[in-house]
Amino acid sequence: MNMIVCAKQVPDPEAPPASFKIDPATNKAVPPPGVPPVISPFDEQAVEAALRIKDAKGGKISIISLGVGLLRDVVKKPLSMGADELILLEDPAFAEGDSWSTAYALAMAIKKIGQFDIIFCGRQAADTDAGQVGSAIAEILGIPQVTLAKKIEITDGKARVEKVTADGYDVVEVTLPALITVSNELGEPRYATIKGIMAAKRKEPILWKPADIGADAAKLGAAGRRSKMLKLFQPVREGKVEMITGENEEDAAGNLAKKLVEAKLL
Amino acid sequence: MADNKGVMVIAEVLNGVLAPIGKEMLGAARKLAGDLGEEVSALIIGSGVAGVAAEAIGSGADKVYVVDDALLKDYRTDSYVAVAEKVAKQANPRIILAGQTTMGRDLAPRLAFRLNTAVTMDCIDLSIDAASKQLQMTKPVYGGNARAIFTSDLYPQMATVRAKAMSAIPADSGRKGEVITIAAGLDAAAIRTNVLQKVVAEVEGIKLEDASVVVTGGRGIGGPEGFKQLEVLAKVLKGAVGASRPPCDNGWVPETIQIGLTGKIVSPDVYIAVALSGSSQHLAGCSGSKNIIAINRDPEANIFKEARYGVVGDWKKVLPAFTAKVKELLGR
Repeated sequence: MNMIVCAKQVPDPEAPPASFKIDPATNKAVPPPGVPPVISPFDEQAVEAALRIKDAKGGKISIISLGVGLLRDVVKKPLSMGADELILLEDPAFAEGDSWSTAYALAMAIKKIGQFDIIFCGRQAADTDAGQVGSAIAEILGIPQVTLAKKIEITDGKARVEKVTADGYDVVEVTLPALITVSNELGEPRYATIKGIMAAKRKEPILWKPADIGADAAKLGAAGRRSKMLKLFQPVREGKVEMITGENEEDAAGNLAKKLVEAKLL
Repeated sequence: MADNKGVMVIAEVLNGVLAPIGKEMLGAARKLAGDLGEEVSALIIGSGVAGVAAEAIGSGADKVYVVDDALLKDYRTDSYVAVAEKVAKQANPRIILAGQTTMGRDLAPRLAFRLNTAVTMDCIDLSIDAASKQLQMTKPVYGGNARAIFTSDLYPQMATVRAKAMSAIPADSGRKGEVITIAAGLDAAAIRTNVLQKVVAEVEGIKLEDASVVVTGGRGIGGPEGFKQLEVLAKVLKGAVGASRPPCDNGWVPETIQIGLTGKIVSPDVYIAVALSGSSQHLAGCSGSKNIIAINRDPEANIFKEARYGVVGDWKKVLPAFTAKVKELLGR
């Protein structure tokens, strides 16, 4: 199995909400000081999905990360988990794109890689929360897609995917090659082993520029955007909480019950 | 774009009737179409779904496009995108709305790119810019920490809409509308996925989305045993139990009760949040609740910023005492 995983570096979504700030002049989020970026958690689960198939069937896993200012320690994490190679699309021309122009660059890089059976993406990135890049890559490459996977098995040249639904899951069979997006229900991604970390340290990422993947500059990054962001802002929280107290925790709990019943909320 | 007219809603059918999100989108579409002075249409795709057209008209559609074909029994990307593309090209709407549902998440991006346009996902507000007549779409980003307003110069303009973010209009069975049947014209061999099985998790008691009281536990509950105590309270209040993401990811409770950005969206009268910090990603699923009650050990927990009433304390002490007092006061 030849597998490709698209993995994005994002500001750590687990950073405390209070540390989140926006620069209104640039319409951009300001990275919280002292909190390093991470691989988007859903993308890490996409790496885990590929590794599970590699464990069962063997194969090669190529990771593609696109952006600027990619921290090597961050983007190398999939290598330390067990992926085979890391391709970086790192150039200002790739940056500031929307789902479509980002997917265009990724699809061109995938065409250059050539052979693949499955492309994995996370269900959505932890910063934009859009969940479109996977579908866009599949559309550009003309291959089928299954979104929101929690389990993937390969049999007879097809993938059998458990796709998360509102009230359970569907078992969906898809012909290969295909694009699959992975949801958190897949389970925790594995930890990097010491051996993996050492191996990742020695591996140099492959750096591709727009010319390397034969990309049309007008379709890349900011120039290729179809979607325009007019404004980025933080919603105002009212903070109108009434704290219920008592002599001790049990007493406070009783007072809360009284309050809610008196207010006819219960 | 001069030819693009009207607002089209891709209305999902659930168990043979129009899904609630379809009604909510038709309500939103009526407002947008009113601002534009244009029509609302609904697109209904499925097998044996023709009867739903009347419901769509009653919920605000002026025109309903129905594509009814045995090959459309299950949602499959290839067949549904092909059909939606065909209808969109024929009807040429200015705006297309789909639900931020399992189906809409899969369908909308692929359809947008097929139509050479763009889509904004998971919108909580839609409005028409008076000068440009363009659709402005507001969506949460950064796990709910921020919101972004998007537009696009490409037509049709497309958005998916978050459940319970918009209001349906009162159903009126007297409304008149036109039903247009369109042949699917599908080639079965070109549909590259197959739904082999649909597994529905058993739900005991009231459905989470329908409950007027929801009792939700977070990471601080610590394990599956703790959720049994939440169930006791939910039973007393005739409500349902939910969870934030960590208890689901840790396997303490089924995934189907996850509330948040990547789970269910609920808007009960009373939402009792127990031992959960109130991450933005979780609040995305419950911030529409009328009253949030928070129980947390950490007085600085983010959930208190959203709550109407709060108690600072260890849930293991607070919850049993609270449940006992509620039982006593309500005589249950």
